[in-house]
Amino acid sequence: MPQPIQFLPPKQDVLSRRATIIDDLRGLLPADCVIHEARELVPFETDAFISYRRMPLAVVLPRTTSQVAAVMKYCHRYGIPVVPRGAGTSLSGGAIPQEDAVVLGLSRMSRIIEIDYANRTATVQAGVTNLSISEAVAVDGFFYAPDPSSQLACTIGGNIGMNSGGAHCLKYGVTTNNLLGVKLVLVDGQVIELGGKHLDAAGYDLLGLVCGSEGQLGIVTEATVRLIAKPEGARPVLFGFSTSEEAGACVADIIAAGIIPVAIEFMDKPAIEICEAFAKAGYPLDVGALLIVEVEGSEAEMDATLENIVEIARRHQVMTVRECQSATEAALIWKGRKSAFGATGRIADYICMDGTVPLGKLSYVLKKTSEIIDRFGLRVANVFHAGDGNMHPLILFNANDPEEAMKAEEAGNEILKLCVDAGGCLTGEHGVGIEKRDLMRHQYTPAELSQQMAVRAAFDEGWILNPSKVFPLEGRG
Amino acid sequence: MLIPNTEADAAYVIRNAAADRKPLAICGNNTRGFSRANQPAEPISSRGLTGIVDYDPAEMVMTVRSGTPVSEVETALAANRQMMAFEPMDHRGILATKGEPTIGGVFAANVSGPRRFTAGAARDSLLGLRFVNGRGEIIRAGGRVMKNVTGLDLTKLLAGSRGTLGFITEVTFRVLPVPPAVETVVISSLDDEMAAKAMAAAVALPVEISGAAHLPASVRSRFINGRLPDGEATVLRLEGLGPSIEVRAQKLAAVMEAFGPVATLGMERSLTLWREIRNVVPYADGTEKPLWRVSVAPSAGYHLVSALRLEAGIDAFYDWQGGLVWMRMEADPEAELVRRYIRALGGGHATLIRASEAAHAEIPTFEPLPDAIAALSARVKEKLDPAGIFCSGKMGG
Repeated sequence: MPQPIQFLPPKQDVLSRRATIIDDLRGLLPADCVIHEARELVPFETDAFISYRRMPLAVVLPRTTSQVAAVMKYCHRYGIPVVPRGAGTSLSGGAIPQEDAVVLGLSRMSRIIEIDYANRTATVQAGVTNLSISEAVAVDGFFYAPDPSSQLACTIGGNIGMNSGGAHCLKYGVTTNNLLGVKLVLVDGQVIELGGKHLDAAGYDLLGLVCGSEGQLGIVTEATVRLIAKPEGARPVLFGFSTSEEAGACVADIIAAGIIPVAIEFMDKPAIEICEAFAKAGYPLDVGALLIVEVEGSEAEMDATLENIVEIARRHQVMTVRECQSATEAALIWKGRKSAFGATGRIADYICMDGTVPLGKLSYVLKKTSEIIDRFGLRVANVFHAGDGNMHPLILFNANDPEEAMKAEEAGNEILKLCVDAGGCLTGEHGVGIEKRDLMRHQYTPAELSQQMAVRAAFDEGWILNPSKVFPLEGRG
Repeated sequence: MLIPNTEADAAYVIRNAAADRKPLAICGNNTRGFSRANQPAEPISSRGLTGIVDYDPAEMVMTVRSGTPVSEVETALAANRQMMAFEPMDHRGILATKGEPTIGGVFAANVSGPRRFTAGAARDSLLGLRFVNGRGEIIRAGGRVMKNVTGLDLTKLLAGSRGTLGFITEVTFRVLPVPPAVETVVISSLDDEMAAKAMAAAVALPVEISGAAHLPASVRSRFINGRLPDGEATVLRLEGLGPSIEVRAQKLAAVMEAFGPVATLGMERSLTLWREIRNVVPYADGTEKPLWRVSVAPSAGYHLVSALRLEAGIDAFYDWQGGLVWMRMEADPEAELVRRYIRALGGGHATLIRASEAAHAEIPTFEPLPDAIAALSARVKEKLDPAGIFCSGKMGG
């Protein structure tokens, strides 16, 4: 049996100075920005990776970059760990604190600073939710492309931390491809600006390095992101197949034919049943697997592209092809897909894997995944971004049964190793967090991990920033 | 010159150089002019590391050894009707250099063309790479899948680092299908300011523009054998399926008619035009006249040029909706002036792509960084190259 995931042992000197630290933080920030009462700290104990929780030392909720800088300068000086937090929707434990840490929450920095249509950019504070950017510019015909399922709640700061993707990044790319600049508070409180409204900033691509660094290189307080003109129309179409393998092979053939839809989403039978029960989206219940393929453009363009896709699907014995007849129906189809995690949470506890594999290996990995799950006597629902090979098996278990919980973790680890061995990676868009930290050695050699940690040290020599995450605790040198 | 034939050889040579603190100047075939060493150094070239390692057209991913000629990559892709979406430019015209550009050089210098402002830069297509760090260790970064947030993104860091952080031995990148149809809508006789407005209006339309450039009268005749319509030419590219391109071109033209006379070029001339824009053909003039490549916010490009025109002899044209400005100076590079105006206009950066040896010796090729970022960059370099042996170019010391 594997051991539960470990955290760094709390620094006793920090714990023993708790009262002083809280007093000092209250000196740096307005009183309502510092949370320290046990009952008020509870909501910050964990994130969407709910199997683990730790009570933080305190939570600060600054309103300005200079307040963030003051907190960082102070914590750096006294060696107090800092765990940055957006909306706490991380599925990998990226925002779970530790007992000696100050949680630095960006939720109050939620202002859209500037929308600049001439340059197609939006400059926002880090606590702005992903969806609110698109909402702010929709009336003028624009949107912000990355669309993680949690987009209603998750913040742009968190998206940058995890380099978040979403259903529509098959065409438009993930966060790093849509991020032009950030204001970054370094570990010692210095504030720097990387990038801006121009493309490809001077010098090393530090922006590219910060994106996806899981809050370990600095605190992003503002971001400038790219806006895109909304297509004339968009249409999701449902394709039902008898088996997951057929659906997976169809995905590979669509891409191989040179067709790049905006999104290709995959659901297997258990996922279809769960989502349909929740969202009543009209998903067919008599199929073994479902693809949601979204095309966009003018009516004629969508028709032409769909015709090609339907032809490919027929070669894979497609059972159902359903085009939606209205915008409401289209919205419902996406609602079903995007609520998949929430809907699953209603019927069981689950952990969500995030491995990514080359497209040609999709069917193979799906088959192996179900073998692994069977071996552990568990259940799985597969719902994921098939077009880019980013798999999300949801492993169902009962959290009140510690043995089953450990089995779920163990099965998850085997699935992720399978993804790496198939030429893929541990995580496509959720981040390593604590969840996949100890699997990093399966993907990287000791020299590679040392190199990454050395680069990390160029930003945070003393492991102050989100220190229990990403890199195995042993061998940090 | 050191020309390792295997990655292991490269690692061995670099490990020894690190032990002896012997500076190395990393290069491919030196067609891009970034290999000016800032100290005496022995060149080490990737040209011995050649060949396509893995290419599965169905997955739209290619893995290539870094010294492979770009032309070989493009030929292999073309045979499967695929391409590098970021359209890497060829520097040989403007720099009068010889030899075959390497694929490693493309990514080491993050070289991108007109499609960059919608399809991303070279770094956005780069999925993973292998490199030898300054300790002589072989390091893999990224992988071969499109979504990957497993650890720090060293792939992005190495892209554009111009041989100052590591010796890239292999790159894996995403490719895209070649669009079956291409059309260019030309709006004539707009001044730089109106052109910027027209381009901003165009990219806001739901027609998916994949190229937006403004070619002032001084450069117009240098493109497609002088066959662009008279006057300034603001050019907008559409790519996709044939019938849909026709419809989109009509929609675009209908809106652009409010700005000026509109014409279309057809597929063949479009292909030539955008290749010439990519390769900065007007300034492939066989001279040493200083040439700047400036990246600013799209709406700032024409402000920069009009401000500079009052104080210096310059000629310029615009790509990336106005955000990429190619500026040829008549005499002095006017580096101080150029960089001061860029700061005043909200930031960006200027790279001195071409100049006389004397000017290069005096003027930093790359935009000087603010102190805090320079210090951070130096720390990052120290972590990849502790002995400081990779000195080619002037980035990061």
